Amino acid sequence: MMSDTVFRPYSASDALRSDRSAGDRLRHRQKVRQAIRDNITDIVAEESIIGQSRDKIIKIPIRGIREYRFIFGPDNPGVATGDEDLQAGQVVQDAGPGEQQPGSGSDQPGVDYYETEITLEDLIDIMFEDLALPDMERKKLREVHVETMRKRKGFRKVGVRVHLDKRRTAVSRIKRKLATRGPAGAETATGRFPFHQDDLTYRRLVRDVRLQSNAVVVCIMDTSGSMDTMKKYLARSFFFLLYQFVRTRYSNVDVVFIAHHARAREVNEEEFFTKGESGGTLISSGYTKALQVINERYHPTLWNIYAFHCSDGDNWPPDTEAALKAAEELCDVCNLFGYGEIKPVNSRDYGDSMLDAFGRIERPNFHALLIESKEDVWSSFKAFLSRETPRTGTESA
Amino acid sequence: MGQQWDIRDLKEWDARIRDKVEEFGLSCFPQEFEICNHDQMLSYMAYHGMPAHYPHWSFGKSYEKLKTLYNYGVSGLPYEMVINANPALAYLMHDNSLCLQILTIAHVYGHNDFFKNNFMFRDTRPEQTISHARLRAERVRAYVEDPSIGLQAVERILDAAHALALQTQRHTAIRKLAAEEQKQRALDAAQPPADPYHSIHTPVAYKAPDLERVPLEPEEDILLFIAEHNPYLAEWQKDLLHMVHDETRYFLPQMETRIMNEGWASYWHHAILNSLELPTDLHLEFLVHHNQVIRPHRGDINPYHLGFMIWHDIRRRYDEPTEAELREFGTPEKGARDKLFEVRETDRDSSFLRRFLTRELMQEMHMFEHVREGDKRVVSKLADDENWIDVRNTLLRNTGTAAIPVIRIMDADYHRSRTLYLEHEHDGRDLEQEYMQRTLEYLYRLWGRKVMLETTVRGKTARFSFGSEGFEELN
Repeated sequence: MMSDTVFRPYSASDALRSDRSAGDRLRHRQKVRQAIRDNITDIVAEESIIGQSRDKIIKIPIRGIREYRFIFGPDNPGVATGDEDLQAGQVVQDAGPGEQQPGSGSDQPGVDYYETEITLEDLIDIMFEDLALPDMERKKLREVHVETMRKRKGFRKVGVRVHLDKRRTAVSRIKRKLATRGPAGAETATGRFPFHQDDLTYRRLVRDVRLQSNAVVVCIMDTSGSMDTMKKYLARSFFFLLYQFVRTRYSNVDVVFIAHHARAREVNEEEFFTKGESGGTLISSGYTKALQVINERYHPTLWNIYAFHCSDGDNWPPDTEAALKAAEELCDVCNLFGYGEIKPVNSRDYGDSMLDAFGRIERPNFHALLIESKEDVWSSFKAFLSRETPRTGTESA
Repeated sequence: MGQQWDIRDLKEWDARIRDKVEEFGLSCFPQEFEICNHDQMLSYMAYHGMPAHYPHWSFGKSYEKLKTLYNYGVSGLPYEMVINANPALAYLMHDNSLCLQILTIAHVYGHNDFFKNNFMFRDTRPEQTISHARLRAERVRAYVEDPSIGLQAVERILDAAHALALQTQRHTAIRKLAAEEQKQRALDAAQPPADPYHSIHTPVAYKAPDLERVPLEPEEDILLFIAEHNPYLAEWQKDLLHMVHDETRYFLPQMETRIMNEGWASYWHHAILNSLELPTDLHLEFLVHHNQVIRPHRGDINPYHLGFMIWHDIRRRYDEPTEAELREFGTPEKGARDKLFEVRETDRDSSFLRRFLTRELMQEMHMFEHVREGDKRVVSKLADDENWIDVRNTLLRNTGTAAIPVIRIMDADYHRSRTLYLEHEHDGRDLEQEYMQRTLEYLYRLWGRKVMLETTVRGKTARFSFGSEGFEELN
């Protein structure tokens, strides 16, 4: 004979108080973040981050926190129930993860592989940490000063309450009062003459187009060689820093991506970092294309131009002179123009360097630099910025 | 949905269900129910149902995963969660309707009876389940808070221990021999066999067995072995290994009887609710939920479904055998009730499927075997007259501990260098390479010296090692 069954009633206050998994969840999230940090190179190399909204959600596959144990590989047969019209050789859809019971031990390798989502903001934070950006600078780059880009222009009868012009509203009421003062004098009997909807006057604000706050970042990259993950990461983080920097100073920032090998094309960010092409390299083609885009769409009188070129240092020797000439032309139109040679330490042995050739350019707003590892990114970036000189005719903030 | 019941209703229905439970002859531990909300339920699920459990980030991960699946509606919450304890402890969800509560209560008594009577659970010491879990939790927390140990160090051991926890003796009913007995056995085995014609045969030279060898016999309990034989482990580290080992031993019988257990509980909730003469509306709702629980998962195995089908088939074969069955097997030697209760006591999933999953049943459920081709899974064999045994064998190999590779410690002093030498008993299934590599790393972390694993990869013997130089493939 069983003893009596016990029922323990639900207690809402207990339920609120007991969050027993909180500690373990926190620890798990720390591990997720650590896993992201460990893979930041891969993630930034694959993810479009330049010119995106800060709230963009990025899906990141997490590999670092799988729970490993001895399991069988995926090539082993399994058994399932199906329909009557099943035929041998038929493709069955991969079933979902299914119910996982405690200690069921039937984990397939794929099941433990899942994605986490973080915002671009967080990702950038982690990237800055990885690049060892000083905290002060980090803050500067993160805070975009949104300048008030509106100015007053006239008045109107509709608007939001904060734009109400009290003085004009009052004046308009007095005018109306005077205008309606008739011989009968009926309203004086009540002694009140309230505001009317028509009295309300609002300040009108219009968008202030300030030409000097336009800027364009021209990213030029040599895509002839193969871009491995590390190169992509270095290039992308450098371009990203430049973009962030420009954004802190100008309110309207455009980005142009120019990929070149023997010929140059304008592409979007994704293509820019993914397309690898084989063939010769004519650096001048990229510069010519940049000049052409600048002339067509971003005239130097209206735009502040920041151009940067990433390359592995290979160029077809006869083209070097033309490249130097085009580079000087670019220096003329740009606030700042830079050349970065990306050579991760382990791949240093191949290819020539253009650094010597570019060393011949003697312009104050030109800077050529070598990036060998991610530790170099920040210091090179600072050195690059120190070359900035305001162009005559435009005022930089 | 508002709550349409209170504790009094539950108690009333529970009394009626318990009358039926006794009438049907189930024999249960005392039962306790705790009413909880869905967040608490998710927590219980993440911690294997335990009201107290030692902390580890993997449970946080499990919680997040369950919650995500639940929030996206991929999976619902289980109606019931019951743990093998005495008194048995089960959780009821506060938001469920009265009908679901009745169904759950009946289902829980099925599990309760199974835990109490199945032979696999005899040594799980259910009286102490909860207090032991609580003590383990306290100890781990104490290690985490100990300034000379701390969270990181505890995690390092627990991560590694979890990775190896399932590498344990899988036949709990077989007693493990003590070191002395193993020695005696080795000595006995070395004796020449009794030979009635010894006068005319040349005597076989006696070869003394190597009693210095560690382990004397291949060892499956990796965590225990390391705790005993790695002299450099601190007491708290050994304690953590024992803890993880004990917990695995506690859950092993549940892994080994999942299909039987869920089928048994479903069989009885079905029988009990049908006998309760529920009002029509409750009865209809019950049928909806019941069909939901035991529906086949297309392209997968639903243990509730499979178990339910087999138990039902056993009852039918013993109560209403067909003509063909009578011809083939003769008149059943006992009634269906006796047979059911006998099977629930003496079988586990592997024997249960082997003995009672018939060709007809497999065909009724349209069972098939599937293999990987590229990134898809393709039907390779149907449970037809020719292949049904193959399909069943594949199912057996994916059930319970058969889905865990058998890896044994062969030598703890390989090449006289304290290298730990393990052998994978290859049964046609290769190990997942990346997982093997990472698990060897964990093994190295616990053993402290080089570890080696011999296995078979694509038909060839392969040996891998992990030591201070990292992972290596040896030839």
